[in-house]
Amino acid sequence: MSMNRRSLIKVVAAGGALMGLGLLMPRMAMAAWAKEAFEAKEQNTAIKSLYGDAELTESAEVILDAPDIAENGAVVPVTVSTGMANVESMSIFIENNPSPLAAQFIIPEGTAADVSTRVRMGKTTNVTAVVKADGKLYSATKEVKVTIGGCGG
Amino acid sequence: MSIMRVKAKSRGGNTEVKMLAKHIMETGQRKDKSGNVIPALFLSEIEVKHAGKVVFAANLGPAVSKNPYFSFSFAGGAAGDTLELSWKENTGKSGAETAEIR
Repeated sequence: MSMNRRSLIKVVAAGGALMGLGLLMPRMAMAAWAKEAFEAKEQNTAIKSLYGDAELTESAEVILDAPDIAENGAVVPVTVSTGMANVESMSIFIENNPSPLAAQFIIPEGTAADVSTRVRMGKTTNVTAVVKADGKLYSATKEVKVTIGGCGG
Repeated sequence: MSIMRVKAKSRGGNTEVKMLAKHIMETGQRKDKSGNVIPALFLSEIEVKHAGKVVFAANLGPAVSKNPYFSFSFAGGAAGDTLELSWKENTGKSGAETAEIR
């Protein structure tokens, strides 16, 4: 009898975990455009709006490839990659832009956590990549100097 | 009207995709000569499917450069396969196109 109860508890616990997973799964498959996050004026607000209250850990495993100096702020190449497993999404924030969240990439299973794009930067500021892997948030930040006018000075 | 230029190459069991979307990505920050704000018009969502499965999706803001460029790769895909691309603008306008893996 007591064994039965124990196994019942196990089944219920496992079921609960599965349900939790089930609740989490659709979010990525159908990650709709996060209006609030994209319209947020402050980076912290944008991050919170996109990811909730989860804590951000700086990690050397998040590779943010961006130039030290961007001569043309209108076209700044940025690559985000990581060797982490179970990556769900990767996003790019540009701190001093009018709206810091630039892009959010959904990484389905089978797709490499390695995405390149080009972004606009109004002025010299920090670029932050946020990687969501295994439900946790990891980040890397790099300052990119923008030479307005593209004269290389 | 197609706006996507796609280069998808099958290599060693993976497919490498480079795509360029022809789009103005108007930020909504600029003003015209008479001082009126030019309304924002940008690609907000892009999705790429292979064999019915989403292999890449992006949610974008106007901070993505004009004529947005993306590169990514996914496991699977073979030369001759079709990639289904769909996109949506912040205005709600949307489109769908296909590209072939080489």
